[in-house]
Amino acid sequence: MKQVNKRLSVFGIGLVLPVLLLVIWEGAARLGLIEPYLLPAPTVVVVSIIDMAQDGTLWGHVSITLYRVLIGFLIGTAAALVIGSAVGYFRRFEQLMDPILQAFRSIPSLAWVPLFLLWMGIGEPSKVTLIAVGVFFPVYLNIVSGIQGVDRKLIEVGKVYRFSSFQLVKRIILPASLPSFLVGIRSGLGLGWMFVVAAELLGASEGLGYLLVLGQNTSSPELIIASILLFAALGKGTDALLKQVEVRSLKWQDNLQNAQ
Amino acid sequence: MLTVKKASKLFKGGTAGFKDVSFTIQKGEIVGILGTSGCGKSTLLRVLSGLEQSDSGTIHTGDEQGSQQAGGMIFQEPRLMPWLSVEDNVLFGFEQPKKHTDKAGHYLSLVGLKDFAKSLPRDLSGGMAQRTAIARALASKPSVLLLDEPFSALDAFTKMQLQDLLLDIWEQEKTTMAIVTHDIDEALYLCDRVLVMSGQPGTIAAELKIKQPKPRSRSDINLTVYKEKIFSILEGSHGKAKAQTAK
Repeated sequence: MKQVNKRLSVFGIGLVLPVLLLVIWEGAARLGLIEPYLLPAPTVVVVSIIDMAQDGTLWGHVSITLYRVLIGFLIGTAAALVIGSAVGYFRRFEQLMDPILQAFRSIPSLAWVPLFLLWMGIGEPSKVTLIAVGVFFPVYLNIVSGIQGVDRKLIEVGKVYRFSSFQLVKRIILPASLPSFLVGIRSGLGLGWMFVVAAELLGASEGLGYLLVLGQNTSSPELIIASILLFAALGKGTDALLKQVEVRSLKWQDNLQNAQ
Repeated sequence: MLTVKKASKLFKGGTAGFKDVSFTIQKGEIVGILGTSGCGKSTLLRVLSGLEQSDSGTIHTGDEQGSQQAGGMIFQEPRLMPWLSVEDNVLFGFEQPKKHTDKAGHYLSLVGLKDFAKSLPRDLSGGMAQRTAIARALASKPSVLLLDEPFSALDAFTKMQLQDLLLDIWEQEKTTMAIVTHDIDEALYLCDRVLVMSGQPGTIAAELKIKQPKPRSRSDINLTVYKEKIFSILEGSHGKAKAQTAK
């Protein structure tokens, strides 16, 4: 019971500022202190979301955006896991791959957009590819540094047991680099959400990013703010999901977070 | 149980490591390898454990079937896998730990940690973690248990407790052990035989048989005689630079 109370109070503290901000915003809009064609009241935004939910268009936009992020995230993470593990574990492979990957990394990822559009057209493949590229680098960098940071002393324990390379990777290196991997996929997911906006801004007929463009073209700020809110909620939601996975799988860590 | 013949392992241009080391360890014997730092005693143990290869000479470990031993090494630090429970750490050497939980129970009660099977390493004190490491090394049933300065990172009191624990284990299981240490008292308290190493690269300067029956008293006056002897060997070899090899 005490635990529940404690968690509620922590949650409550976090709510104070957002609620205060909403109240001020709503009040200012009602009193006419801010122009409604620039910044409509929160209630107007909520109503527009409810309207879209009722006529069924909301689900379409949300699901296509989620789908793009998910597929791009999976492809980017899988590629980073395979290449990152090899680069982290085999010195030769690092010498071969790392320079070119670092060179690619220094290209701002959005610069790829025109090229991807040219190669793959305006359909799904170009969007998913862009997101995958965005997700790849943070995951890759964290996996490599995670694997290279594994304590040699622990690896020696495995060697004393005559473990094969595969067993070493599976039983020592991967679990030991898991914290770093999870940090990587969380920041990768964050970038995934950033890139889906870019992809959808540049050419889409559906999706939350498309709603942003639509709102701008039809001078309806409530649509833009609704879309921003939905992005925030989805981004926060998916991140919380990964955070849960992280907390559960890293209970063994002797760190500040687990001490509280 | 273990036979080493003219083994050498040199590095840093022949100024570190060990040279022409020969000795045997009998079944059920506790042998101490004693020496000042830099005499190659830890390197010798790493070669025995298979972590490193010797440059020359032969090393024969294992039982009558000649099977290579695996896993029976205790390091200066516990080196537990922080993501595994104490029990799973003890069973770390097994392909399928789930099938051997009874074994983990046996060795954990042997080291006095039966109630901590499900704990994580982060909840253990230094002494408890090292006990877990001992249980892990025993669980793989090594022909020779190798210990590399196993208690040097612990406080004096815990150290004495664990030395007694090691003797209890020896009483019960008659485990063959090779202990590398720089602590003369520890060597005299635990070992049936002490190999004194000195020089750079290290050679075996002397071999002492400790005839006092175990368990011994830490303040046994007879042990001080051995202590004097070891001191004079270490100092003598230090003075003459090149050690005489008394076998």
